[in-house]
Amino acid sequence: MKTVSVGTLESSDCLVTIKPHESLEIEIDTVVHDAFYEHISDLVRKTLKEHGITKAYVIVQDKGALDYAIKARLTTAIKRMRDDNG
Amino acid sequence: MISKSLETLLDFVKPSDGMACSFHHHFRNGDNVLNMVMEALMDRDLTNLELYPSGIFPVHTSLIRALKENRIRNLTTNYISGPFADALNTYGLTGELTMQTHGGRARAIIEGENAIDVAFIAVSACDEKGNATGLEGDNVCGSLGYAIEDAIHAKKTILITDTIQTTITNPQIRSKWVDGILHVPSIGDPRGIVSGTLSITKDPLGLKIARDTIRFLDESGMIEKDVSFQSGAGGISLAITKMFTETLEEKGLSASFFTGGITKHHVNALEKGLVKDLYDVQCFDLDAIRSLRENPRHHFMSASDYANPNNDHRKIKDLSIVILGAAEVDLDFNVNVTTDSSGTIIGGSGGHSDTAEDAALSIIVSPLLKGRMPLIKDRVTSITTPGQSVDVIITERGIAINPKRHDLLERFKNTTLPLMSIESLQKKAHALSGVPKHSPAKGRVIGHIESRHGQKGDALYRKEG
Repeated sequence: MKTVSVGTLESSDCLVTIKPHESLEIEIDTVVHDAFYEHISDLVRKTLKEHGITKAYVIVQDKGALDYAIKARLTTAIKRMRDDNG
Repeated sequence: MISKSLETLLDFVKPSDGMACSFHHHFRNGDNVLNMVMEALMDRDLTNLELYPSGIFPVHTSLIRALKENRIRNLTTNYISGPFADALNTYGLTGELTMQTHGGRARAIIEGENAIDVAFIAVSACDEKGNATGLEGDNVCGSLGYAIEDAIHAKKTILITDTIQTTITNPQIRSKWVDGILHVPSIGDPRGIVSGTLSITKDPLGLKIARDTIRFLDESGMIEKDVSFQSGAGGISLAITKMFTETLEEKGLSASFFTGGITKHHVNALEKGLVKDLYDVQCFDLDAIRSLRENPRHHFMSASDYANPNNDHRKIKDLSIVILGAAEVDLDFNVNVTTDSSGTIIGGSGGHSDTAEDAALSIIVSPLLKGRMPLIKDRVTSITTPGQSVDVIITERGIAINPKRHDLLERFKNTTLPLMSIESLQKKAHALSGVPKHSPAKGRVIGHIESRHGQKGDALYRKEG
């Protein structure tokens, strides 16, 4: 089972890591924790749901990315995981 | 009294518990003197010290030791950068932290509120009588502006130098103010004084802000003969300084003076005849030091002559335009450059609130989003500079004029610049970032911000946990 990472740890970007898992586990580490943790958590769950992901281990290391950047990184990560794992 | 031994010199000073000592930041992050003196005072087991460093930089690790060993009672400064802020959170103070302004510190020393027993002043060269400068010697730092009121008013003034010469040209510090001289191998590293962010921004957002600021200044009608100007040493401010002097050149105008911390960009303008005089309280780079030494139109000034609100001859009283930064601003145009949004100290006024209050036009320049954090809060975490001193906020996505400036609003009625209310500007930021959850700074009060006039302002907190 392959782990996929998408993105960077540059300011205003995020690094999304995703791998197959027996349940849904989400870890979010963000520089804007106090102000936006729940907002980012909701966005990640919603995006996973849109792609029908119910089981995966997802790590988001966020350096202050805006929603569209987080969503794009996560979407690409999901696509690559599916491509890699058939 | 001249000595090569700090111990002999301290025997002369007769330090005691509770002594009030001052230090200065003209060497910024290249300063060796504060650590040298503090280590010796701590080795003598002194406690309850009252400290008045004009600015604290990452190099000042001895202050962290002093916090750990609980040796500081009250601490009064204008600016804190680096790990000292975290140490304040961890160890606290028995007394109070007071964050002053550059002008307010000078005022408080002259008026006796900052009562200093011993001023320890690093100078790059002095003569045997104590005439001193920052412009000669092996380790030049340029202007000693922030140390002058201390030298005059402290009960004892001690110079610390690595160069003693027979004569000093145009001394910045006079021998009559000086009680002792310590001659050491090295007072600091002049490369450390340029350790800040002293290059022009390459960030396209920053350059957009700079271009819009120049357009705003042009449309305001203030770029005219004998305009005066100050800007900081941040990347966007430097871009504006450069573009401002280019605009003067295009228009065939010359400015009357630039004030504040001086960089090579200010010096270039002086050398091209685009500004008549520079008034220099602190040199930010080696070009500024060279110019202050060589160019008679580049003048040294003390902190009081720069920004003391009770000094009628202060230079910034006649300032047309000041360009300043912000960590946060709010819907009332208050500006915070002292803490981040969690309350941790990240800087301090320096000359921010002095110049904002005095200049005819004070402009805040900043990206609308810092990472994901919107610049504009409902209320800033702490007020460094009150909104009544702030005229305009310029971001890459819009410009807000303080509603109290009816004249500017009228003048910009038909502008094509992206003018909007500060509420609309905040909404624009929220559309991109989302609305941040507000978590007010809390914990035990560790001190206060003090206005340049001496009034107690917002509290500063020591975070719990």
